This record gives sequence, C-alpha cells and structure tokens, in this order.
Amino acid sequence: MDRQLILHKPFAELLAEMPFAGDFFESQGLEAPTASVKDFIDNLTDTQLEDMGIEPSEFLNNFFTFLEAVGSMTEKTSVISSLTITGGINKKGEDENFELEIKAGEIICIVGPTGSGKSRLLADIEWMAMGDTPTKRRIKINGADPDKSWRFSPEHKPVAQLSQNMNFVMDLTAREFVKIHAESRFVQNPDEKVELIIEKANELAGEKFDGDTPVTSLSGGQSRALMIADTAFLSKSPIVLIDEIENAGIDRKKALDLLVGEEKIVLMSTHDPILALMGDKRLVIKNGGVAKIIATSAKERENLEQLQELDKKLLELRNRVRTGDTLEEI
Amino acid sequence: MRFVTVSGPPSSGKTAVILKTVESLRQRGMKAGVVKFDCLYTDDDKLYEQKGIPVKKGLSGALCPDHYFVSNVSESFEWGKKQGVDILISESAGLCNRCSPHIKEILAVCVIDNLSGINTPKKIGPMLKSADVVVITKGDIVSQAEREVFASRVATVNPTASIMHVNGITGQGAFELSTLFADEKTETDTLDGKSLRFSMPSALCSYCLGEKRIGSKYQMGNVRKMDVDNG
Ligand SMILES: Nc1nc2c(ncn2[C@@H]2O[C@H](COP(=O)(O)OP(=O)(O)OP(=O)(O)O)[C@@H](O)[C@H]2O)c(=O)[nH]1
Ligand SMILES: Nc1ncnc2c1ncn2[C@@H]1O[C@H](COP(=O)(O)OP(=O)(O)OP(=O)(O)O)[C@@H](O)[C@H]1O
Ligand SMILES: [Mg+2]
Ligand SMILES: [Mg+2]
Ligand SMILES: [Zn+2]
Ligand SMILES: [Zn+2]
Repeated sequence: MDRQLILHKPFAELLAEMPFAGDFFESQGLEAPTASVKDFIDNLTDTQLEDMGIEPSEFLNNFFTFLEAVGSMTEKTSVISSLTITGGINKKGEDENFELEIKAGEIICIVGPTGSGKSRLLADIEWMAMGDTPTKRRIKINGADPDKSWRFSPEHKPVAQLSQNMNFVMDLTAREFVKIHAESRFVQNPDEKVELIIEKANELAGEKFDGDTPVTSLSGGQSRALMIADTAFLSKSPIVLIDEIENAGIDRKKALDLLVGEEKIVLMSTHDPILALMGDKRLVIKNGGVAKIIATSAKERENLEQLQELDKKLLELRNRVRTGDTLEEI
Repeated sequence: MRFVTVSGPPSSGKTAVILKTVESLRQRGMKAGVVKFDCLYTDDDKLYEQKGIPVKKGLSGALCPDHYFVSNVSESFEWGKKQGVDILISESAGLCNRCSPHIKEILAVCVIDNLSGINTPKKIGPMLKSADVVVITKGDIVSQAEREVFASRVATVNPTASIMHVNGITGQGAFELSTLFADEKTETDTLDGKSLRFSMPSALCSYCLGEKRIGSKYQMGNVRKMDVDNG
C-alpha cells in the first residue's frame, strides 16, 4: 500500500476505491476529510486534536493499519489441506503419544466426561498451540508451523468457532443483526447473504421465525439455528470448531451438513451418539489427554441409521406433544 | 521489573482478568504484584490479598483517578521493586473517558466487556485508542456473532491493538494473555522520565477551581460552548 499516495489523494477519490475508509473516521468521532487526509491532519484545530484522543502520527498509523487489515480481509483465504495435532501431556503429566493428521473434508468428534478437557483441545487449535499451552500440544497447518500473527488477528485466523452460548444482548431484529455481522466482515452484497441466512436458519429451526423478530425474542432453538446458518454462510474459515450443538430444537444432521460445506475441517466436541458417529474419527479425552482415537467402523455407520430412525421417531413424538396430541399410541 | 497498565470502564472485568492472568504467570514461575487506583471506594485489594498477591491501593477522592495515577505511579513502581515482584500490574478504573493511564514503552492493556453495547468502543477515547492490547470479557454471555461484531468495532477504533477474548470467570484466554505480560519487552528499570501516551486535559475552568455559580460571567479559562442555536 502506497501511504504517500493515499495521504495526498482527495478523500472522495479514496472513498471511491476504499469505501470503508470513511468508517475509520466515523469510529473516531470525526467528520470525513473534505480534501486529502494530509490536509486534514495539517489543519486540525486544538480542540479537534484533543478530541481525537491520540497523537496525529499514531492516528495515521492506525488509519493505514485499518486500511490494510480490511483490504486483506476481502482477499481470498489460503487453502488449508491438512491440520496436524501432535500430542502433549495430560493433567497428570503423562505423554499423550499421538499424532493425528486431519484432511480437508473430515469431521473429527471429541468425546469425554465433563471437565475432561474437550474445550481445552478446541482452544489449543484456535490458539494454534506450539507447545506453549498447559497441554504442550502442537498444531501444524499443511505440515508446517502456523503463522504466529494469526493469534492476535481474529479476522485472519483460519478458524471459525461455534460456541455453546447463543444469547443476544443487542436490541436488533434478526435481519439487522445478521446485516451488522456481515458488514463487520466486509462481505460483498450483504443483503443477499442476510436473506439466505434467514432462509436457511428457518430450515433448521423447529418453529419458523421472521427476519423482523428481535433477536432477543428468538427461542433457544431459533437462536441456535440462526447462529449455525450465520457461521456457515458468513465465515470463510476452512477450519470450524464446534463446542456442543446438541440442544434440542434444531435438525442436527442438516446443521452439520450446512457447516461442513465443501472441504472444511470440522472438530466437534459432543456428548451425542448420533453426532459422534457422524464423525470420521473420534478422540476420547480422559484426564485432559487424548486417551484413544477411534475410527467410525462400518458396523457403527449401519447403527447410525438405526439411531437416526430412533431420533426421528422421538422428534415426531415431541412434535405431537407440542401440538397437543396424546401419546397413547406410539 | 516488568510493568503493565490495565485500564477499562468500571466493572468491565479488570480484576477478574488480572487474577486469572496472575495465576498463569505463577505457573510460569513469575511473581506478580498489583497497584489498584480508584476514585472513592474499592474492595479489589481484598480480592488480590486473598490470592496472596502483594497489593497497594490508592483512592483519588475528588481528583480524576487518572491524574492521581500519574502523580503516584513512579512511587508505586518503587514499591513494587521493594516487594521483589517480577511483574507489577496497575489496575485503574477509567471513570473519565478523556484521560488514560497508558505510558509510552509500557505495555498498555484496556479491558472492555461485550455487554457494554456496540457503540462503547467509540466512546471510551485514549484509554482504548492507545492501548497495545484490548481484552474483551464476558463473551460467555453472548453469541459468537455478537462477539465478532463487538471485536470488529474495537478493531476499527484501534486497528493496531492485539485483541484477545478472556473469560474472567473461567479464565479461558488468560493463559494466552499471560504470554504477552511475560514478554521481556515489558521489562523496565524506572518510570522516571517516561511520558504518557496522550496528554490529559491541561487547562482548567473556573468550576475546577471551586466556582459554584452558574452563568457565562462566572466562567473563565478553558470553556467550551455547545451550539444550541443551529441544527
Ligand atoms: N459472565 C462473566 N462475568 C464476568 C467476566 N469477567 C468478569 N465478570 C464479572 O463481572 C463483575 C465485575 O468484574 P470485576 O473484575 O470486578 O470488574 P473491574 O473492571 O475490576 O471493576 P472495578 O474495579 O470495580 O472497576 C464481577 O462480578 C465478575 O465476576 C466474564 O468473562 N464473564
Ligand atoms: N492436558 C491438560 N493439562 C492441564 N490442564 C488441562 C489439560 N486438559 C484440560 N485441562 C484443564 O481442565 C479444565 C477442564 O477442561 P475443559 O473445560 O476443556 O473440559 P470439557 O471436557 O470441555 O468439559 P465440559 O464437558 O463440561 O464442557 C480446564 O481448566 C482445562 O484448562
Ligand atoms: Mg467444554
Ligand atoms: Mg476491579
Ligand atoms: Zn480525567
Ligand atoms: Zn473544570
């Protein structure tokens, strides 16, 4: 990026090339420059300098950093074909002794009792651990050490996370909320994306909802459905981490299909047998360490179909209870 | 000794984050101390004491707590050295959004929480704008998407900062934060001669000097008038 060029260019011209440049001035509580940015900085009044809350040189440095960050966000993310986890130690300090290479398109489940360390394993991946977390695990991407700068720039991290909590505190409708989220990721044609997300969320949710519903009035299942569709369509991250999506009220199979999309690497902590069998492999965690790696067998896959039948049956019964039916015949 | 300034709006989670970070620092074999600056009241010192962390508290009373902070930070630093700690952390409540305790060449951390509203990053001024690290807390209470929106607002206001999510209750993310606190770059011998990152309001108005009467003729010094005739 040629800083001198940007500095001297009339701001209107800069805006035409980089519409987000105006967001920076707005976020600082400043009116957009009428001439060039250089001219703006040179002619700041004492009051404006005070209100800026930062030295002009730092202000400019922040401005350029912002332009570069947003610029690189709109670039295509690099291809990730594999993620490797090298074992560290468990809570007792014993070696885990494993190395697992996960290929694009694979789903890996993480199972184990409460408090065993499932979330910690996901946190190791999200942090791109390099032997420097309490578990001493190491993560490699495409066989090599990951870029350390990812750690502190959420927008460049190749990892998307879907976490347990689905509450909202913002006072917005579902449509407005997804729009703000899309804008914060600088996605192209946000309006189209927003409608797609609301449509897909409705396919997952038991009860349909309208885009004009305030997010704070969505039910647990509806919020979950909205967040799953949101992660699936707004995130470009090739690695998806899921910390338990089992809550009732959504179609889990469809949810997983949406999230996995094409050629993503998915790691999912779960207590649910159906989700566990949908994975290609599952890691069994005990005492903070990976105690076992089980590949889903052909027999298990067969059983999965049975489990799904059972599940469908249960869902039907749930809907009958909901609609006021009796369960004398099941 | 290493020194880190931690600031942030009231109840944003500064103490919770510092407590968890100190725990992680201990696991690395580092001993930490805390100086807490507040206005009228704080119980934070008791929380630190309970965890066996050497702590010193200072109440600014009627003064802006950040002004009080700069007047006392050098002495606090010397106190920390006497305690034999490896790292001294200052916690100050940013009650006045115009002032900030951050010092050049000293790691500056601002703690804000997800519940404070998406426009808050725009409101809190130098404390956030000049921080090296922004810690966002209370992510456990909101959805992933809401966390991302909030973080992106923070990144727009301060694009050069490292943004980290820390849960003040479970401590998730505190280990990661402690790697920045433990960095050798935060090592320093003295604060004398160092300077603030951004000046605090210098000029005084008549009300600062004890004037009570209302009306233009009683106003002197640095007076700003809002535009009530236009717009
Ligand atoms: N749910 C949740 N609560 C948190 C989190 N971090 C802090 N809290 C709670 O928020 C409240 C305020 O936290 P403190 O650490 O005392 O905040 P502070 O910034 O030190 O407050 P002052 O020093 O009084 O300005 C406490 O009840 C904490 O337990 C978090 O990540 N999640
Ligand atoms: N190998 C390890 N060494 C040290 N501490 C560990 C290790 N693995 C996990 N821990 C710690 O154990 C605690 C519990 O782990 P975690 O929260 O990941 O459990 P979980 O399996 O996700 O539980 P839940 O099912 O309740 O969500 C955490 O504080 C975590 O940091
Ligand atoms: Mg967990
Ligand atoms: Mg506190
Ligand atoms: Zn002040
Ligand atoms: Zn005054």
